[in-house]
Amino acid sequence: MPAVQETVERVKRIDVDQYRYGFETLIESDKAPKGLSEETVKFISEKKNEPAWMLQWRLEAYRRWLTMTEPTWARVDYPKIDFQDLYYYSAPKPKKTITSLDEIDPEILKTYEKLGIPLREVAMLEGVEPKPGEEDPNRRKIAVDAVFDSVSVATTFKAELKKAGVIFMPISEAIREHPELVQKYLGSVVPTSDNFYATLNSAVFSDGSFVYVPPGVRCPMELSTYFRINERNTGQFERTLIIADKGSYVSYLEGCTAPQRDENQLHAAVVELVTHDDAEIKYSTVQNWYPGNSEGKGGIYNFVTKRGDCRGNNSKISWTQVETGSAITWKYPSCILRGDNSRGEFYSIAISNGYQQVDSGTKMIHLGKNTSSRIISKGIAAGRSQNTYRGLVTAHRKATGARNFTACDSLLIGDKCGAHTVPYIEAKNSSATFEHEATTSKISEDVLFYCIQRGLTQEEAVGLVVNGFVKDVLQQLPMEFAVEAQKLISISLEGSVG
Amino acid sequence: MALLEVKDLKVRVEEREILHGLTLTVNEGEIHAIMGPNGSGKSTLSHVIAGKPGYEVTDGEILFKGEDLLAMAPNERAAKGVFLAFQYPVEIPGVSTMNFLRTALNAQRKARGDSEYSTPDFLKKVREVSKSLNIPQDMLKRGVNVGFSGGEKKRNEVLQMALFEPSLCILDEMDSGLDIDALRIAADGVNALHSPKRAMVVITHYQRLLNYIVPDVVHVMSKGRVVKSGAKDLALELESSGYAQYEDA
Repeated sequence: MPAVQETVERVKRIDVDQYRYGFETLIESDKAPKGLSEETVKFISEKKNEPAWMLQWRLEAYRRWLTMTEPTWARVDYPKIDFQDLYYYSAPKPKKTITSLDEIDPEILKTYEKLGIPLREVAMLEGVEPKPGEEDPNRRKIAVDAVFDSVSVATTFKAELKKAGVIFMPISEAIREHPELVQKYLGSVVPTSDNFYATLNSAVFSDGSFVYVPPGVRCPMELSTYFRINERNTGQFERTLIIADKGSYVSYLEGCTAPQRDENQLHAAVVELVTHDDAEIKYSTVQNWYPGNSEGKGGIYNFVTKRGDCRGNNSKISWTQVETGSAITWKYPSCILRGDNSRGEFYSIAISNGYQQVDSGTKMIHLGKNTSSRIISKGIAAGRSQNTYRGLVTAHRKATGARNFTACDSLLIGDKCGAHTVPYIEAKNSSATFEHEATTSKISEDVLFYCIQRGLTQEEAVGLVVNGFVKDVLQQLPMEFAVEAQKLISISLEGSVG
Repeated sequence: MALLEVKDLKVRVEEREILHGLTLTVNEGEIHAIMGPNGSGKSTLSHVIAGKPGYEVTDGEILFKGEDLLAMAPNERAAKGVFLAFQYPVEIPGVSTMNFLRTALNAQRKARGDSEYSTPDFLKKVREVSKSLNIPQDMLKRGVNVGFSGGEKKRNEVLQMALFEPSLCILDEMDSGLDIDALRIAADGVNALHSPKRAMVVITHYQRLLNYIVPDVVHVMSKGRVVKSGAKDLALELESSGYAQYEDA
């Protein structure tokens, strides 16, 4: 069975309640001492066998962080986080050096099986390798660099990627094996001083993915990494760096799921993308962190900094996100349109239910000439949740001919939730053309009754209507994610009506 | 055999009684027309049979195939074979008609314990049905009723009726908003679906529709009751004399 189909089949088989990934894997782990100090930073760096320059980089970030204060401008409300009451590192205890998938802890493999991730190369390789230009989307392969509680435990498809010259590995490995690339690009899009959470991440990031696509190469497969929190009270600090060199292309997929638990968990990831001349990166996310229980207790705090730099002319960066989880979401995947004729895109579905709070959007910063950007945001608020779109579109003095189109649609389910739109628009060049459209609507009783009269249950009806509402964005997702995302959307709205 | 039995039905909406003890029996294969002035409770009756929220049944009962219809959830009623063709079919942006039809049909089949249609089987069936009703395939690709003309919306209702194969079809003012050609097309569709097992309840203000869909029984409703029932000639009589004579009945 082709890998994609297998994923789809497995996803179908997963039959869980409200929060379907609420299981925990029992494995021993290797933790840093509780709290944050120079010692913690050194501990992490040492665990990762990092070179001195990396430790220095982390320590500088840490010292910087000590001088910073938490931002409070977002429309989210949560009790103060005690940063000394968290663990900053945990890794599954390796029994020995891993050389093949068979050696991985079966418990871990089982977890991935439950998530429906086709880890086994065997299944992957069933697909016949297509010639360039003849790719059959149904047989497209996915390389999975599975991040399990901060440490990558398995990397598949390495050989094929290597043949193409693509570097895809845990960032901890890249720091050792490709220090010249990491040193050149790490922090070049999101500097260590960028913001409170990004700076914290710079000090204590545990692992993440590193991708480098050499000039002229079209990455032969979708790259996908599944992040998963599995330790109680463990902050998760992922660091991802993707570089598309001149004329190259890569599509990267990220999905998050986390087990159910009572205490809040902090997640502060940083993702940096760089595209050179004529290069393109497509970055897709399905985020499904534990949103908290029906009383709003527990749930992940998700403070993410994602930014792409269209450094070269005619380059393109496209963000697509489906946000269904987390108690708090604070996330603005952005594009710096530096190269002339560069293009940025942001497609977002943000769903909030229960007591979830979402403050998410994007920034499109037009610096180069004839740069263009497109923002399509679909916010769905249900239960007692608050859902905010916050977006910034700017054209700098030299950004002649900059163009932006923004459409923000909000859908309300029930009468105890809120949807908010906060667009910031600044044009310092008179030739800029910025368009902004926004709508807010309520899911209508008549539409629901129509569907129910045709045999759908109330929940199926809501799922259908909502999936229609977000269709424009779902279409932007790679097929294998679109199927899962569609299921997720219905699941995350369960119990939102009636 | 009695398919639908409405017995002494009393219905309130927000403390106001709309139906004051309505009785109606529809047998298998019959076509009934329900006529009456605005506010006589025609649409309320159709909504209560279909199970629309917001109506409170204070007395009486509705039996469908001998079972207590009011005890069933609206989607269960649909699966049992109750179909309401809406006066104003809603638009569902982003959901293709094809997807909607499949989701609904499979939901009904699942509820009845039948196996769900596979995609190829479903496509085959929907093509057959739409072809027999002269409905272009193109319409199935568009969002449900999005940008449809009044006639197209009604044809979409007829298409669903044909696909779901209900045993009771209630047509709520199907003629509203249709020109004469669209009306004829929609009525032809309905006539094609009439069968000895399937009953139709046609709700309308005007006799016009009944030129195309010929009823076995005509009921006149006024102030929440059926005040007169008769053969199809009753509709013609109403057309010339109006509803006034029944207003005080």
